[in-house]
Amino acid sequence: MTAAATFTGKQASAQPGSPAAKRGSRGARPMRVFLHCFLIVTCLIWIAPVLYALYTSLRPYADTVTHGYVSVGGHYNFSNFTTAWNEADLPLYFKNSAIITIPALLLTLWLASMAAFVVSRHSFKFNLLMLMIFTAGNLLPQQAIITPLYKLYITIPLPAVLSDSGHLDDSFTGLILIHVAFQTGFCVFVLANFMRTIPGEITEAARVDGASEWRQYWQVILPLCRPALAALATLEFTWIYNDFFWATVLMQTGANRPITAALNNLTGQFFTDNNLISAASMIVAIPTLVVFFALQRQFVSGLTLGASKG
Amino acid sequence: MASTTLSPPRPKAPNRLRRYTVRDRAALGLMAGVPLLLSLAFVWLPALATVALSFFNWTGIGGFSDMKPAGLENYRIIFTIYPEFPPAIEHNLLWLAVFFVIPAPFGLFLAFQLNKRLRGSSIYQSILFLPVVLSLALVGFMTELVFSPTEGLVNNLTGHAGQNNLIDWLGDPRLNIWAVLIMACWRQTGYVMILFLAGLKSVDPSLQEAASLDGANEWQSFRHVVWPALRSINIVVVVITVIESLRAFDIVYIINQGTNGLQLLSTLITANIIGETSRIGFGSALATILLVISLAFVLPYVYITFRKDTRS
Repeated sequence: MTAAATFTGKQASAQPGSPAAKRGSRGARPMRVFLHCFLIVTCLIWIAPVLYALYTSLRPYADTVTHGYVSVGGHYNFSNFTTAWNEADLPLYFKNSAIITIPALLLTLWLASMAAFVVSRHSFKFNLLMLMIFTAGNLLPQQAIITPLYKLYITIPLPAVLSDSGHLDDSFTGLILIHVAFQTGFCVFVLANFMRTIPGEITEAARVDGASEWRQYWQVILPLCRPALAALATLEFTWIYNDFFWATVLMQTGANRPITAALNNLTGQFFTDNNLISAASMIVAIPTLVVFFALQRQFVSGLTLGASKG
Repeated sequence: MASTTLSPPRPKAPNRLRRYTVRDRAALGLMAGVPLLLSLAFVWLPALATVALSFFNWTGIGGFSDMKPAGLENYRIIFTIYPEFPPAIEHNLLWLAVFFVIPAPFGLFLAFQLNKRLRGSSIYQSILFLPVVLSLALVGFMTELVFSPTEGLVNNLTGHAGQNNLIDWLGDPRLNIWAVLIMACWRQTGYVMILFLAGLKSVDPSLQEAASLDGANEWQSFRHVVWPALRSINIVVVVITVIESLRAFDIVYIINQGTNGLQLLSTLITANIIGETSRIGFGSALATILLVISLAFVLPYVYITFRKDTRS
């Protein structure tokens, strides 16, 4: 079957834009209309929860009490947003998220690109094993390793500069470290695949010119990896920012939690009605929505770089 | 880059018996060693320790001296008298089954349709993809909004928000897992769709054209031209489906910390370490079960993926 398909494929590509293909698509017009209807309905269902949250967040609680949540009427304003922002001190949690996400992201990309350089540009015997360790490690469920990790975190002492609590547990350093250790696996996998596509002659030439391995990595390969790094950066930013589990378990001090995990504590404490929860959720979603609207292409290519190997 | 153009004719066999200076050796060692060490220390060491600790009883309050060998006792308790375990494993399996039955084929279907370059295709794609960038914790809050009994979208639209015919989507232990699964599928479908779209992009469009030229209908051309070309993506989707359903945690934890109809292996493990009574050994035994199930899928995947490398 595959042989037949490739055979006819050759025939077709010999005459591109064949009239028969055009006729085919014209004949399928009712089918297309139906397909559009189906996709529109699906998309409406898909966007409904987000629109509902947005709609709810724009209405004062009192109005939803009198009119009901699924209704039209009453006032529409941003008061829920300002209340959520000020009373629950959301800026503090955004700052926490930044303190964790930015260093974790940079460290992950840096370490992963170095490891990827070694395994993709050299043929050491342990390369394959290393790639397997990285890739498999990234795929383990976090809960499968949390119990000893938690004990480890309580046990390892840290100087006061790096941790208020005196150990890895309940510290920004600890959270950054686990993100780096966990996410490096995926990034090594993706970057190694990408670096393999760079011709060997490029580093070969640099080597002949006397460039050290470090310079080959830093000045030759890394600049060429910019597209892959950009794609990974958007993806990893979203993943680290969206983390809920590590922060919930490994950060006990509520005031130090990043915003995704903090929201859970704040609900019930400050956010007592669905309108406020919706507003807070929308605020928390803003950074990822920015990624969605501005960097969707990078995000998608990051995901697919990892998926379509070789 | 500039150095490439200046370089003399390159040697013919570049990768053979390369000699490294001491500095290069040290640099390469550090570049690979530091990330590797991090992964081993913070991922693989805990993974091994999980298995080891599962054979001990340990409250975790005292030091290592408090550890008492327990043999298979933790596992015996889990499989015989621990009341939370059967529902947890049931829910994990249900999650897995639903992820295989709904988001995987539906994501493929959507990807196949969107790949036809319809007008407005990118708008459809963006909307279907939107939930993927939202955190699972946020999806948890959305679940509460949409399925809230009196204030939620679903009950109000279907007329079940009144006191006499209220459907308690989140409180009823027979229903709440389904509410959660609907929202989990909402996010997972876009994820799967994007992966398949990438896979479909690599299928030569002239092949499909040729198939339709030969009189193949849409199903035949999908079955015989597109599907065989999606092999490697299919493996990725299977692994992601399995891993995501084993990792499931955030949504149920937001709703009720994984109790009352929403038990999952992941929430039981978490409850055993951050609860008031921390039972390290028992939690580890649960985690070992989760670890073994995941490795049963992860290791073959990694093996298949990198087997090509050993051949070349």
